[in-house]
Amino acid sequence: MFWQLFSSGMALGCVYALIALGFVLIFKATDVINFAQGEFMMLGAFVAFSLIHYAHLPFWLTVILTLVIMAAFGVLLDRTVMRFLVGEPTFSMVMFTMGLAVFFRSIAGMIWSTDTYTFPSPLQGGVIHLGTVAIAQGDIVVVFSTALLVLLLFLFFRFTDVGIAMQATSQNQFAAYLMGINVERIFSLVWALSAMVAAVAGILLAPILFLHKDMGFIGLKAFPAAVLGGFGSIPGAIVGGLIIGISENLAGGFLPLWVKDVFAYLVLIAVLIVRPEGIFGIQERKKV
Amino acid sequence: MKFKLKKSYMEDLELFEYKSDMVWYGAILLFLVLFPVWAGNYWTYNLTLAGVYCIAALGLNILTGYTGQISLGHAAFFAIGAYTVGYMTSILGLSYWLALPLAGVNSALIGLIVGLPALRLTGIYLAIATMSFAFIIEHVIIEWPSVTGGANGLIINRPSIGGWSLNTDASYYYLVLIMVVLFVLLTKNIIRTPPGRALVAVRDSEVAAQTMGIPLAKVKTQAFALSAFYTGIAGALFAPLINFIGPDNFTIMESINFIVMIIVGGAASIHGSIFGAIFITLLSEFIRVGKDALPTFMQQQVGFQGAVYGLIIMVFILFEPMGLYGRYLKLKYLFEVFPLYRKDTFRREKKFQKTERTR
Repeated sequence: MFWQLFSSGMALGCVYALIALGFVLIFKATDVINFAQGEFMMLGAFVAFSLIHYAHLPFWLTVILTLVIMAAFGVLLDRTVMRFLVGEPTFSMVMFTMGLAVFFRSIAGMIWSTDTYTFPSPLQGGVIHLGTVAIAQGDIVVVFSTALLVLLLFLFFRFTDVGIAMQATSQNQFAAYLMGINVERIFSLVWALSAMVAAVAGILLAPILFLHKDMGFIGLKAFPAAVLGGFGSIPGAIVGGLIIGISENLAGGFLPLWVKDVFAYLVLIAVLIVRPEGIFGIQERKKV
Repeated sequence: MKFKLKKSYMEDLELFEYKSDMVWYGAILLFLVLFPVWAGNYWTYNLTLAGVYCIAALGLNILTGYTGQISLGHAAFFAIGAYTVGYMTSILGLSYWLALPLAGVNSALIGLIVGLPALRLTGIYLAIATMSFAFIIEHVIIEWPSVTGGANGLIINRPSIGGWSLNTDASYYYLVLIMVVLFVLLTKNIIRTPPGRALVAVRDSEVAAQTMGIPLAKVKTQAFALSAFYTGIAGALFAPLINFIGPDNFTIMESINFIVMIIVGGAASIHGSIFGAIFITLLSEFIRVGKDALPTFMQQQVGFQGAVYGLIIMVFILFEPMGLYGRYLKLKYLFEVFPLYRKDTFRREKKFQKTERTR
């Protein structure tokens, strides 16, 4: 029972981790807190769904096309509106991206109606037995895809020029600018990257959960994940996502069912009381 | 251009800056008192709703606008106020007049508890902690039917004074009007005197406020409790107004609604809270009425209201972050200094160096 819940919680945790990763990427580079990250994921899933369902494209082509479309979407969003928010107070950004989330949710409802769809995915199917634990093949795919994506991101930030430029920008925008880094282009690229990570999360999540315009609310659960790990820490986002996903599933199994829905928030409040900067966070002090 | 030379500190604290203001506010009050006489039930009801929202917006403005603490969970305090009244009047059968202040106190006590962990949190962490709190309260409402009626909700009757029932919309309007006037005066009194200035100081710089001898923890907790008190009272007035409360009335959308009010009206201003509350109430009515004028295929769009809300938040933050009241002040300034107004007078300073990550 325990390991059963643990393994399915891990798959969910990976999706939380990916959405949280999207928040963290944008926050680190541009200081914008993107409350619409869950809606990015929803849009990614719907774009992929439309490509498969209406255009009858093969799955792998769909994934690539979705990534391209979402990356373009991220760049467009940055160029048109988000650019003007850099340097605004947190409150304005939180509210702006919340407005964006509400807006996207409505637009998605207009385009794809409020029906719940099932997402056709070739990665679903069989169940693998490990001792007494039955693990759905889809869950394994989610975990491995996440691990692969995180590895790719790590290599990207470590070894490519663009990745290093992103790190520099996140440390100090002015210094990066003076070093000849095109900070504005980096911002656009970060938004594109974040939208792509969200699209991957959407494609992974839609088959194991559901496809609905309100699936972006899952993003609000990824927020505790990001905060838990310390907002602004990439390994923290992954660990936070896994902690939330696994503990939530275990709570659903051993406690009354409704506790499952709020467990992420209970864990978050408990952690914040003990360690306000999150598990991996570093409290930076303001110099007066 | 009117200019007042202030000769002492006390003059800066006066309720009305100019004597002529009294005439204008008196005229507005007279208009509001006579409003139900000539306006129909429909508009009286809507103005009552705006009044209820106005109290909640004032509460949120004290916390977010003046003290600078973001709360995405004010629907929870609204719910606590509404359900305290619901439980005490509908289930226990007590008097509404006992339940009304207790709703505020109950909400303030819970605000105090939420405020304690919030002392160590800033910016985004606080926003997410308060949002989490609101989600927990939302689930508690559904899962505690013996007190809240669960998903079925509660029916709440309008109160009565002596033998005189406040059943009509006009009579309930006067109750809300009295409360709004009281709470506006209370807010004005808090803001113009030292406790309110402490709040503003904490918002502008915690370090500087501490240096000036302001106890941070105490001030922040007070702001939380006070804000929760306002919102609780607003919830307690809201419940009998709409006669029925259920979990659907207190979702995260309601919290966002409150924040839209203070953004659209103007953060850190009393006028702004009132403008915002009226604007939001009118907006949902206009959307409802305006929808009929649109082509059929657009009428059937489910998310229409959400899209308009989202757009309004975005437009205001991008183009008018000081809200409607800020726009009013700018217009007034334009006329006062007529040929000398320059476009850059109110230009915002971008704060690239002031990231929230270093505090």
